[in-house]
Amino acid sequence: MSGFTAFALRRAVSAVLTLLALSVIIYVVFYATPGNVAQITCGPRCSPEQVHQVAQQLRLDDPLYLRYWHFLQGIVAGHDYSTGTSVEHCPAPCLGLSYQSDQQVTRIILNKLPVSLSLVVGAMVLWLLLGVGTGVLSAWRRGRFTERALTGITLAGVATPVFVIGLVLMIVVCGQLELLPFPEYVSFSDDPEQWMWGLLLPWVTLALGEAAYFARLTRASMLETLAEDHIRTFRAYGVGERSIVGRHALRGALAPIIALNANDFGSAMGGAVLVESLFGLPGIGQELVHAVTVVDLPVVVGMVLVIGFFVVLANAVADVLYAVADRRVVLA
Amino acid sequence: MSEALVATEVPEASVPGASGARQFWRRLRAQRAAMVAAVVVALLVLVALAAPLLTALEGQDPTTYHPSLIDSARGGVPIGSFGGVGGEHWLGVEPQTGRDLFARLVYGARVSLGVALAATAVQVFLGVVVGVAAALGNRWVDQLLSRITDIIVAMPLMIMALALLAVVPSSFPRPVLVALIIGFVAWGTIGKIARAQTLTLKELDYVAAARLSGWGTLRIARRELLPGLAAPVITYAALMVPANISIEASLSFLGVGVKPPTPSWGQMLTSADVWYQAAPQYLLLPAAALFVTVLALTVLGDGVRTALDPRAASRLRIGTGRRQESKAGKPEAAKTEAGRSEAAEEGIA
Repeated sequence: MSGFTAFALRRAVSAVLTLLALSVIIYVVFYATPGNVAQITCGPRCSPEQVHQVAQQLRLDDPLYLRYWHFLQGIVAGHDYSTGTSVEHCPAPCLGLSYQSDQQVTRIILNKLPVSLSLVVGAMVLWLLLGVGTGVLSAWRRGRFTERALTGITLAGVATPVFVIGLVLMIVVCGQLELLPFPEYVSFSDDPEQWMWGLLLPWVTLALGEAAYFARLTRASMLETLAEDHIRTFRAYGVGERSIVGRHALRGALAPIIALNANDFGSAMGGAVLVESLFGLPGIGQELVHAVTVVDLPVVVGMVLVIGFFVVLANAVADVLYAVADRRVVLA
Repeated sequence: MSEALVATEVPEASVPGASGARQFWRRLRAQRAAMVAAVVVALLVLVALAAPLLTALEGQDPTTYHPSLIDSARGGVPIGSFGGVGGEHWLGVEPQTGRDLFARLVYGARVSLGVALAATAVQVFLGVVVGVAAALGNRWVDQLLSRITDIIVAMPLMIMALALLAVVPSSFPRPVLVALIIGFVAWGTIGKIARAQTLTLKELDYVAAARLSGWGTLRIARRELLPGLAAPVITYAALMVPANISIEASLSFLGVGVKPPTPSWGQMLTSADVWYQAAPQYLLLPAAALFVTVLALTVLGDGVRTALDPRAASRLRIGTGRRQESKAGKPEAAKTEAGRSEAAEEGIA
């Protein structure tokens, strides 16, 4: 057990280091850009006085590493921004100010985060059930018509960009058949039922492509496990096919699926950007697209860092779960 | 004695030559789905290359506005049935602008394939350079490059590409920019593959022989390691092409990728849902083009993988062996080692 604790600790330390390195890269890439950073950050409509104030608040006279250090301080301890007449306090995970929308970046992200988390977590439940189920089914019916049909369908699912799936679903389900109203985000705490109906189509859209990917993965992983010696032993003992596929092979195939699900979390966030934009859900994806369009640098940097944080966290948790599922990992 | 041995050009013999390539083609041809996909891809490439010719044949170009062909009173709906389809405009015109849809579609193929291929080239180049350098460098170089690679792999591609598009100078030609950015954010996996493969290869006798005979690191990397990297890198790169097409389409759909007047399939879909009733082909054609292209490239990529690594492919085919036997090139596969392992697995199933 101590080996396992050490492994988990090592993994946590490496996650923190990765995050730090990520923040350095992102900070340098975005704030060492050619051009007048203060003018870009402040926006095209800013007066010279405002630009000057932004330059002071960003401490553009300092060298880059000091500015980065200052940025880190803000995340850990918060900041006080002097706006000339008054002082604006930006509490602990302070990611800076968005001058274009006149808000604190952390607050913008916190406002939008529930929408994106509702979308991604709900879709994840759906794609794991759908994907693993389909994968198990096609591994069980291997060589039959069912498998070939499922292989074709999942291939089509993998090949269709998520926004094309969404467009077609929206037109068919909402427009032509009128089965569902056009998606609209209602906060869970306001009305759980409306929340669910409003997110149903976005969930399905995001989940379909991912489910196809996981179905392929599950099938491949299952077939690999089915070829292993211990499965042969089960067969020799006369264990039924359904039990072999559904219980023993699935157990062996599950560990890589868990690991890949976390790795895939990042690509799901990318998919969420598209789904949010398509359906007009006010999540961080839509906000990111807006920030990129108007070049609101503090928001872009904050968003990328927050998404990076979730991705690194998901990867670390997955590695630990993987080690729980398969203790051989700890030894390596 | 040993000097004489290494002095002879032993390394040359182990470079996969014509026989490797021939074997690859034979295995690829044996897969019917991959061949169909290859034909589709070839047609698409042909359309992309011949885009100016095709539009000249139609007598249109992708950027000219035709205000006379749209009904501005009804918000810019194309005049005529099915979105203005006719002898002049084969597939109708774009709502609001009246630009020719056929011309935009075939020029869109250029953008789609061009950006995806260029991005793949950047990914392969960066991945191989970083991966090989990490594997051949000392411990510190390896640590540094491997950590950077890990971060690149971990970061969501779409998010990074999207964010980077905010800071790049807008004077740059947009398709080139999109290709470069996709290339720069997604070389991580190829880097990891290249590093792992190089670590394996550099322990092999022929590389040790080259080292003993006094070859420099660069020469060894180019002459001895790169040929050995080809198979795994090509396998992955083949699957990156359709992924890159999706990403370009997604970025353009969000309005930050390829911008008008340059046509792109993803960009055409941005406002297509609004016009679905009046001009359904404005939505269906780019969507179908994207679907067919990505599907064909994915199937072809799978086929390339199977042809380069029959062992992995045969593992995934267990239980369907008998059916495969009659269709695919089974007799020749049975001679190879992969064939043996496949046969063993069939015994289980």
